[in-house]
Amino acid sequence: MIPLSWWLTLAALLFCISVAGIFINRKNIIILLMAIELMLLSVNMNFVAFSRYLDDMAGQVFVFFILTVAAAEAAIGLAILVLVFRNRRTINVAELDTMRG
Amino acid sequence: MITKTLLLTIALAPLAGAILAGLFGRQIGRAGAHWATILGVALSTALSAYVLKLIAFDGHEAVNMSVYTWFRIGSIQAEVGFLVDALTATMMVVVTSVSLMVHVYTIGYMEEDPGYQRFFGYISLFTFSMLMLVMSNNFMQLFFGWEAVGLVSYLLIGFWFKRPTAIFANLKAFLVNRVGDFGFLLGIGLVLAYLGSLDYATVFAKAPTLVGQTFNPYGTVEWAVPTLICLLLFVGAMGKSAQVPLHVWLPDSMEGPTPISALIHAATMVTAGIFMVARMSPLFELSETALSVILVIGSITALFMGFIGIVQNDIKRVVAYSTLSQLGYMTVALGASAYSAAIFHLMTHAFFKALLFLGAGSVIIAMHHEQDLRKMGGLRKYMPITFATAWVGTLALMGFPGTSGFYSKDAILYAVGSADRAGASFAHASLLIGVAVTAFYSFRMLYLAFHGKERFGHDDRHGHGGHHDHGEHQPHETPWVVTLPLALLAIPSLAIGFFTAGPMLFGNFFDGAIFVADGRAPLAAMAHHFEHGSLSFALHGFLTPPVWLALLGAGLATYIYLFNPSIADRARKAFAPIHHLLERKYGFDEFNQAVFARGSVWLGRAFWRVGDQAVIDGVIVDGSAGTVSRIAFAVRRLQSGFLFHYAFMMILGLIVIVGAFALLQ
Amino acid sequence: MNYESYLFLALATLLVIAAGAVVTLRNPVHAAMSLVLTFFTSAMLWILLRAEFLGITLVLVYVGAVMVLFLFVVMMLDINVVPLREGFARYLPVGLLVAGIMAAQMVAVLGGHHFGLERYTAPPAVIEGSNTAALGQLLYTGYVYPFEIAAVILLVAIVAAIALTHRRREGVKLQDPGKQTMVRKADRLRVVKMPSDTREGHGA
Repeated sequence: MIPLSWWLTLAALLFCISVAGIFINRKNIIILLMAIELMLLSVNMNFVAFSRYLDDMAGQVFVFFILTVAAAEAAIGLAILVLVFRNRRTINVAELDTMRG
Repeated sequence: MITKTLLLTIALAPLAGAILAGLFGRQIGRAGAHWATILGVALSTALSAYVLKLIAFDGHEAVNMSVYTWFRIGSIQAEVGFLVDALTATMMVVVTSVSLMVHVYTIGYMEEDPGYQRFFGYISLFTFSMLMLVMSNNFMQLFFGWEAVGLVSYLLIGFWFKRPTAIFANLKAFLVNRVGDFGFLLGIGLVLAYLGSLDYATVFAKAPTLVGQTFNPYGTVEWAVPTLICLLLFVGAMGKSAQVPLHVWLPDSMEGPTPISALIHAATMVTAGIFMVARMSPLFELSETALSVILVIGSITALFMGFIGIVQNDIKRVVAYSTLSQLGYMTVALGASAYSAAIFHLMTHAFFKALLFLGAGSVIIAMHHEQDLRKMGGLRKYMPITFATAWVGTLALMGFPGTSGFYSKDAILYAVGSADRAGASFAHASLLIGVAVTAFYSFRMLYLAFHGKERFGHDDRHGHGGHHDHGEHQPHETPWVVTLPLALLAIPSLAIGFFTAGPMLFGNFFDGAIFVADGRAPLAAMAHHFEHGSLSFALHGFLTPPVWLALLGAGLATYIYLFNPSIADRARKAFAPIHHLLERKYGFDEFNQAVFARGSVWLGRAFWRVGDQAVIDGVIVDGSAGTVSRIAFAVRRLQSGFLFHYAFMMILGLIVIVGAFALLQ
Repeated sequence: MNYESYLFLALATLLVIAAGAVVTLRNPVHAAMSLVLTFFTSAMLWILLRAEFLGITLVLVYVGAVMVLFLFVVMMLDINVVPLREGFARYLPVGLLVAGIMAAQMVAVLGGHHFGLERYTAPPAVIEGSNTAALGQLLYTGYVYPFEIAAVILLVAIVAAIALTHRRREGVKLQDPGKQTMVRKADRLRVVKMPSDTREGHGA
């Protein structure tokens, strides 16, 4: 039988990979968005695993909602990306510093 | 029957008049204003007299009713209610009848004043407030009335608001009264704290439970609660009834028009403190200490304010200092547990002092608003009615046997003489000297104003400017609206003591309204002489020291001011330091100016500089803004604007949190 | 160790490799394709967890829609990839360090000590009834309002995405059906009076 800890460890690895991805791809906003999708996936993985091991369907309901919100977020994020590219001709995060204090 | 409607009518009729005259004065005109207010007050007077008749002659029981619940906070209930017993009924009649006289008188006195309607509005409002004060059946309403009469007093002292002196005087009166009211309010608060109610009946019923309780302000200091309550309440009375050292506002209040000096600052409002203490007699009887303090303060006021009266040259100020002195007499009576004597003196004093004030006002009208006694003299042939009534008032004030003042003053002297509490002998001595002093300054005023050479006219015209030509006219008797109240007040000044001394002082008239502890019979010594009635008592009076002292004072005044005026000047030079001290009024004003006025300005400036500018503005307002700005300036460098820096921070935070979690596991 | 465990380990390895490829590959298109692989593997793992409906949804929604959107954007935008790769090697150590610390922490917390089989016994291998039905049962009863709100969020996302990217181009010719139907004869037809074309002197 697979222990719960295996699933959790897998999700944690997935999460850490995406964290590392954010670090090493700090200029490419597309990869950043993908890394965020990976993070959400790892969270979902946890939800599903707990739902299974605790025998509670509510976890899967939450995954459902997270998928919904993540889809919306991806759509809007990409729309913003398109806008940024259209206006700045680049998606290099290092050049997007209008938020500087 | 004393019904709710009856009492409400008594209280509200003057208010209706005040509203008509005060708010719609322009619409109803001058005649409308005085008719509206006089009718209101006359109605009140008639009904009050009816109430007094019911209580005094028909044996009607005391009435204690609640009219309206104002608000309720937890178990504390603030009500509007009426308590009508012998004490209240007496006060109601005194207040309304003097007020009625003053209303009528005002028609003559304020004839040329542009603020005619406003003035009528104020005095009617005053009548309403005073009635609410005396008719109240609880502390809340008492305090309301207390503050309301103070407010009207403030407004009326500053009635001629274009005079800087009037504004100064009314501010002074207001501030000094605040000091008294602060104590009063604390006293009421303590009553509420220890007895849990503001209702007279409840409070007085529970009052004996206060004995033995102590109040612990700090450390191991313990104060007896009854004494503390009574002293604080008495501080209120000191402010309102102008007792030393809170008396300083009363002489200055003479800046107001004379009718209100008569009504508010002689007959009624200033006696509110006396009334209050008499009303609270069940509380005051619990504290021997408080009564001793009252006794001493009253006697100091009675004697030393009388001395000042001797050197005053302003006719109104002489009467004002005599009022202070007489208030001192009443206070002494309270301190000697002779509450009925105090109320009795309050009543007689209200009549004869109002008479004297209105007489002074009449003289002032005749002299075209000249108030300096040195510029009068020989007025008796020009204004016979005023002259005659002034004599009546003066005799009553000095306590000539048979006049009302005689009975009331003698009652006080007997009570103090037989009292055995601390300070009683000092009080007795002061009052006896005070009798002579009173007679002296009263007659001095009488002689300076009405007798002797005429010192007004052409020769001193340049003295008061010459910008108007009134000085050329002869003085003339005042119109009937002025002399009628004088005549009507002269009657009770003469006779009321003769008829009422018996029942009020020795009968059971005040039973249930005034409480005297068992074993105390302040008027027993007098009762012994009084058994054969008023007339024999008056005759017996000629054999007692007070009357002789009074006659001595009067005789001295007669000799000096009628026959040998040069003595006055020589005496003034001989006793220059004392004269100077009296002229300066013992330096109370200078002291207050230097310490309290200057001190509060200094304190205010210190608070402004240190508290407001340095602490609040500097540290709290500007300081916090500056701190935020400095921190923000430092933190701003963290705001690189690069997304990955923010993400990095988030991840760092995550690592710290998870690390903490892992370590704590 | 049984068959399921081997399957899990295999899929987990694939998942980790695919995820690593997502964040390391040079070309965004390749990264997106790796992400597709990641989602597929995840879906399989979820099905292993008896979450069939979610597994299918993940494939349909993510692989079918979101990832296509990604690819679309990546290909549509003419992105110069070279500057985006700057500092890749420089940040690699710190990224790996942070990720390593985090992984160590998480494994310490989530490891077998706390979440092992002793604490959480394995669920029965076979579950009665349909996962989809059970999920639907929950969604349309207890979670019906959140469900509606999720629907509204999706709608808002659609509107927002369109509103953000929509733009009016200059110089584009468009039909306006409203104007077309409103048109009247007078707008199009102009009757011009002209003198008749008779030659002078011809008829005389």
